[in-house]
Amino acid sequence: MPESSLVKDIHSNECGAAPSRQYSQSLPLHRSSYLLGTFCTEQNVQECLSHISQEVSSLGLPPAWKDSAGSSQLNVVAVLNCMYDLIQLHRKGLRTLENMEVEQLKLSSNVDYLQFTSTRLKEQLEISKRENTGLLERERQLQMKVKSLQNCLKNEKEEVQKLQNVIASRASQYNHEMKRKEREFNKLKERLNQLLIDKKEKKQAIDVLNSIGRADGKRSLWKTEKTEAKHEGEMYKTILSDYDTRQRELMLENAELRKVLQHMKKDIVSILGSKKLTTKGEKPDDGCLQADSEEEDEVFNSSMESVELSCVHVREKLTNSIRLQWRRLKSHVERLDSQASVAQMGENENSDAVTRETDKEEMDRLKLEIQQCKNFIQTQQQLLQQQLSSPCDEETASLLSNCYMLQEKDRLRDEWKTLEEQRKIFERERRNFTEAAIRLSCERKTFEEDRAMWLKHQFLKFSPFEESKKFQMSKSKSAFLISESQVGSGSTTDMLIRRPSDTTSPTHCVPLATTDLHCTPSTSSTKPKRNTEHEEGLMLCNGNSCNGHAPLQWNKSEDHSSHTQEINSSL
Amino acid sequence: MNFSEVFKQSNQLCKVSPDGKYLATCVQYRLVVRDMSTLQILQLYTCLDQISHMEWSSDSLYILCAMYKRGLIQVWSLEQPDWHCKIDEGSIGLVSSRWSPDGRHILNTTEFHLRITVWSLCTKAVSYIKYPKACQKGLDFSRDGCYMALAERRDCKDYISVFVCDDWHLLRHFETETQDLAGLEWSPNGCVLAVWDSCLEYKVLLYSLDGRLLSTFSAYEWSLGVKSVTWSPSSQFLAIGSYDEKVRILNHITWKKIAQFEHLGTINNTKAVVYKEVERKTAVCSDDLSLHNITIGSTLFNTQSKYEICPLPVQIPVVKPDPDRANPKIGVSFMAFSSDSHYLATRNDNMASVVWVWDMQKMSLEAVLEQTSTVRCVQWDPRRPRLALCTANSKLYLWSPAGCVSVQVPSEGGFQVLSLNWHCSGDSLILLGKEQLCLCYMDTDQEDK
Repeated sequence: MPESSLVKDIHSNECGAAPSRQYSQSLPLHRSSYLLGTFCTEQNVQECLSHISQEVSSLGLPPAWKDSAGSSQLNVVAVLNCMYDLIQLHRKGLRTLENMEVEQLKLSSNVDYLQFTSTRLKEQLEISKRENTGLLERERQLQMKVKSLQNCLKNEKEEVQKLQNVIASRASQYNHEMKRKEREFNKLKERLNQLLIDKKEKKQAIDVLNSIGRADGKRSLWKTEKTEAKHEGEMYKTILSDYDTRQRELMLENAELRKVLQHMKKDIVSILGSKKLTTKGEKPDDGCLQADSEEEDEVFNSSMESVELSCVHVREKLTNSIRLQWRRLKSHVERLDSQASVAQMGENENSDAVTRETDKEEMDRLKLEIQQCKNFIQTQQQLLQQQLSSPCDEETASLLSNCYMLQEKDRLRDEWKTLEEQRKIFERERRNFTEAAIRLSCERKTFEEDRAMWLKHQFLKFSPFEESKKFQMSKSKSAFLISESQVGSGSTTDMLIRRPSDTTSPTHCVPLATTDLHCTPSTSSTKPKRNTEHEEGLMLCNGNSCNGHAPLQWNKSEDHSSHTQEINSSL
Repeated sequence: MNFSEVFKQSNQLCKVSPDGKYLATCVQYRLVVRDMSTLQILQLYTCLDQISHMEWSSDSLYILCAMYKRGLIQVWSLEQPDWHCKIDEGSIGLVSSRWSPDGRHILNTTEFHLRITVWSLCTKAVSYIKYPKACQKGLDFSRDGCYMALAERRDCKDYISVFVCDDWHLLRHFETETQDLAGLEWSPNGCVLAVWDSCLEYKVLLYSLDGRLLSTFSAYEWSLGVKSVTWSPSSQFLAIGSYDEKVRILNHITWKKIAQFEHLGTINNTKAVVYKEVERKTAVCSDDLSLHNITIGSTLFNTQSKYEICPLPVQIPVVKPDPDRANPKIGVSFMAFSSDSHYLATRNDNMASVVWVWDMQKMSLEAVLEQTSTVRCVQWDPRRPRLALCTANSKLYLWSPAGCVSVQVPSEGGFQVLSLNWHCSGDSLILLGKEQLCLCYMDTDQEDK
């Protein structure tokens, strides 16, 4: 029975299977020989025959035999042919199998080869990529270097330019100096030549009316060694006193700075001390604090003792301790900062709330203030508006118009009044002055005339022509007096009245006495000439007989007045 | 503020006596001495030629009048108008003349700086000092009048001689490490002498009174160097102005630079106040144009000006100097400390219409005054921190920490203020024009706005 099941199995397998399956299955059939014997037995020959014929026909071979009923005789030729065909088929199959195996081997080797080449190429690609990036990097670096070198070059060029400018300016300065020195040299040469040529040499000389005393009243000392030593001593004294004052100032400054440092240190220590109590105390810090406080005590003591000595050690100790404290304070503040930032994240709302509350209070207060101010401004505006738009009657309107200026106007009016008064006073004074000046000039004139007459009189008294001249003198004198009186009374005042503008310069306006012998340096240059003319005129008058020339004198006096007029206008 | 009437003067020679009581002016060849309070003429002296230089003696008793062309000096006495003194330098010529600090010696520098002649008015004696150097500032007296420092040049080397002014005894004579000494100045406390080199080399040397070199300062090399040097009145600071438009401040303890002030073309980022002078022409209506008005009132051509505060940033007008010329108009040529050393006023030559005021306590810029034209003269009040300046127009400008004001000088025919001097009491200003002078009296009780 197992054989039949086996047969059935094989049958079912073989019927449903593809030829390749059959081939693959035929291999184990071919190898395992035990199935060959077990397929056909005495009993199932017909079945086997039919089965085999089916198989053979399915393989495309001519049937081995005709399936005739009842004939159990096998066609040996057909069977042999069939067998031979089968064997050929098998051989063909084996051959194709071999070929295919070979092909497969070839292909697999190809595949291997290709894989190998691909990995090789990939590696090469990697390498070349790396090289590329390396080259790019190098190129970038070189470009940077090029840029920096270009910058350097630019800087160097600028510097060269600057140095060239400097050289140019120095050169122009040198040239200028050279020219200046050359000019001076030339001047020296000229001067030397001039001095060599010049016969008379003007010596130096001093001409003093009398020697004056020294400024400090003391007598001058001879130059001796003692005075020289004294001068040296004084010089060193000055220098030393200057150094002394400077040193004192520096000491004071030092002491103050040291005090400030000590105060700072105390403050820092106190701050740190109080903080240490609030935060968790760390043991090493405590230990340090202990040591520090000891040190501080030391420092305090020693510094207080040697405040004057400014010992180097004390100074160093102080500065070191301050540095230490400062560092500690800094670290503490940093810690606080970090704590604060952590606290800000979430938790500690209490402190935040507190600060927020105070902020809010502040804000509310400020807002209230602003509101109050705004209200105040509004009420003011309203009042102002009311004021401006209030209907007022004409009286008040006229009063109110320019009311802001009233006070100013009053003040200005008063000032104007006072100024007017002052001006009047000045005018009056000026008039008085001019009148006084005129009077003075008249008096001067008369005085001059008198003097001249007196001199003439004196001169003529001693002259040989006394007698003859006397008559003429008296005549001329009288004529002159007549003319004087006529001219004086009439025209002077006329002149004065007619030319009020000239009263400003009374000294020049005076009808000049022709014998004005005294010339002050302040008079103008035209006057002496006029005077001589007048003198000549008068002399002529004196030479001739005066009677006939009284009208001439009159004319002369008139001319005289016109001359003076001219003088006035020219002056 | 009151203005006096205008007087004549010539040559910008107008000086107040050291005791502040008298005012001396020169008009051609005449010397006029007026009383300071009443401006009445007290004395009138006549010199032999046009006066080139005039100086009061330190005790306010004598006046020196120098006539450089004739080589003559005439000294006049205020107490005794009849006293006369005439010094004739002869054929050797005269280039400059000055009093000694004791008011009894006269130092004359001959032509070509051949020598300095010291004439004594007490003894009629003469001393000579050889080889003085012809430079920007070769001679300086210490403030207490004890010592005189003189720059000399022998054998192409610079020396400094320190003389005792009492008897002209040579105290020290030492060589300086300069290439070409340009100037020297005593510190106000008389203990340190600042010496600077010519502009071709930036070098400032500090010598102590006994000739020791205390320190050398050189900010940079090669470019044009020091243009001006000034001490602070407290002797604490030495300000050095240079051609690179910067001022460097040295301190008197270490002689090292403690601050540097730059004069930039654009001002921003500072707490300083920038005042800008703005001119406004007065509007004239046609009925004012009568002949009378034109002849009498010069207000037609007067322009009103006032200061405006400019918001930052501010551009300062810069004039680039000609690069080919020597002594270029660039760099800080003028520096002056206020009398309490609180402020420093400076002027940069290529921003010639701008005055900079620096605060020395904060070491920063305090104020900038921008005028419409070149600033001609800047002077500090000798008593308080008040600055007066003029720009060759008819206005006077005053600055104080409280503010800035521009005042028109009232005068007929226009009065151009070319230079100004404060009276030693700080109560009045003397304004000098081309041929005229005018006094300005400050209100002592009124605060400048």
